[in-house]
Amino acid sequence: MNPDDPERIEVDLLLEGVYRRYSYDFRGYARASLRRRLWRRAHEEGAKTLSGLQDRVLHDPAVMDRLLRDLSINVTEMFRDPGFFRIMREKVVPILRTYPYARIWNAGCSTGEETYSLAIVLAEAGLLDRVRIYATDMNDDVLARARQGSFALDKMGRYEENYQRAGGAGDMSRYFSTQDGQATFARSLSQGTVFAQHNLAQDAAFNEFHLIVCRNVMIYFARPLQERVHELFLASLVRFGVVALGHKESIVAPFEDRYDVLDAGEKLYRRKR
Amino acid sequence: MTAYEIVAIGASWGGLHAVGTVLAGLDGSFGASVVVAQHRDGHDDQGLLPELLARRTALRVTEGEDKGPLAPGSVVLAPAGYHLLVEDRSVELSCEDLVQFSRPSIDVLFESVAEEYGERAIGVVLTGANPDGAAGLAAIARRGGHTVVQDPQTAERSEMPRAALAAVTPDAVLPLERIAPHLRRVCAEAA
Ligand SMILES: C[S@@+](CC[C@H](N)C(=O)[O-])C[C@H]1O[C@@H](n2cnc3c(N)ncnc32)[C@H](O)[C@@H]1O
Repeated sequence: MNPDDPERIEVDLLLEGVYRRYSYDFRGYARASLRRRLWRRAHEEGAKTLSGLQDRVLHDPAVMDRLLRDLSINVTEMFRDPGFFRIMREKVVPILRTYPYARIWNAGCSTGEETYSLAIVLAEAGLLDRVRIYATDMNDDVLARARQGSFALDKMGRYEENYQRAGGAGDMSRYFSTQDGQATFARSLSQGTVFAQHNLAQDAAFNEFHLIVCRNVMIYFARPLQERVHELFLASLVRFGVVALGHKESIVAPFEDRYDVLDAGEKLYRRKR
Repeated sequence: MTAYEIVAIGASWGGLHAVGTVLAGLDGSFGASVVVAQHRDGHDDQGLLPELLARRTALRVTEGEDKGPLAPGSVVLAPAGYHLLVEDRSVELSCEDLVQFSRPSIDVLFESVAEEYGERAIGVVLTGANPDGAAGLAAIARRGGHTVVQDPQTAERSEMPRAALAAVTPDAVLPLERIAPHLRRVCAEAA
């Protein structure tokens, strides 16, 4: 799309306005899917143009709340990409075992399904009491749900299937109790987990980690913002620490040289020095 | 005349054969890049679809990678579980909600192709058992792109081409075997 395309200008101005008014920085996000979601919000608010949406967003915080929900895409599952968790057991668990105590950062954890999946893998490796998981997201609402550790019971069939493919031992149901259509995971799984707000586009490094899991989050970022996040990861990773990305993501230039590939298919990378 | 830069193909039920047939008719001299949204279930085909399609064509077939390039004469396939979009001549992926019960969705791909390429885009709707792709093809038509629909009578499932025909009057309605020759000719004439 041309830089002088009116819609491109409208998107830029809207994001600038959102940033200055509400301090949420979406300016570095990838534009195609962002535009789609802005338009969806515009239609639902009855705005005919993105400038019309900008007007509403700037003057009505409730519209901003709704927009924020649209812009943070929370789609997730337990043991999403089972092969990833299988390789975690095979290749990452042995690395974590070498540390007396390990810190893990699950960045962009959404409603927590990924975090609980990680916790189950660590519990089955006997490592859960030797790790602390920091699970972060920019969106407070999803974090509140993640803290509860309750997920819709009707999804457990699919999750159980994923768990089996991920090399699970026995039934996953032994980790949760059921009530009112909800599956609530055992406290023991989340005891060592801190759920906290952190915005990858804006916030600084806050600890040093042995493993960073950040899957299907940076696909929403344009290249320059991805570079910022990779800087942040390097600043947050111990020597020989591991980074795990989503199936369709890679370490972006110029950072590839800083990592060895631990598993090409499952997008696991290990910091060189 | 403006040269076509991209061909977007959408298919669902019966698509492996149909998409394969179209790609088989294109070769390395084809000057546009090709993007494909084929409805698929990640559990079932774990990476097999690109391989199966690659066997049928001289073009390079890959699954879309985050911000990966779109190049003339190469085919990028929407990965299972992700919507494929295009931006600045490269791939953008999203795992937002299902659209028309599908992820990847043909509408999502076609709408972003329409926005990014306008009259330099070609949209092709093939066989399928649901209406995904109709709205997207209409978007491509609205922006001045070229539109092709598989003749429903020759489609394994006719619902998808029929829905597309209800939404747009395409530039061509063709039996499957004639789609690739048509694309080659249209692209060569415009180049
Ligand atoms: C599609 S979900 C991915 C969930 C999980 N990692 C997975 O792969 O299943 C993307 C998450 O990234 C979060 N997110 C988006 N932008 C962010 C940012 N700038 N900082 C932190 N989290 C962000 C969203 O709120 C959302 O919960």
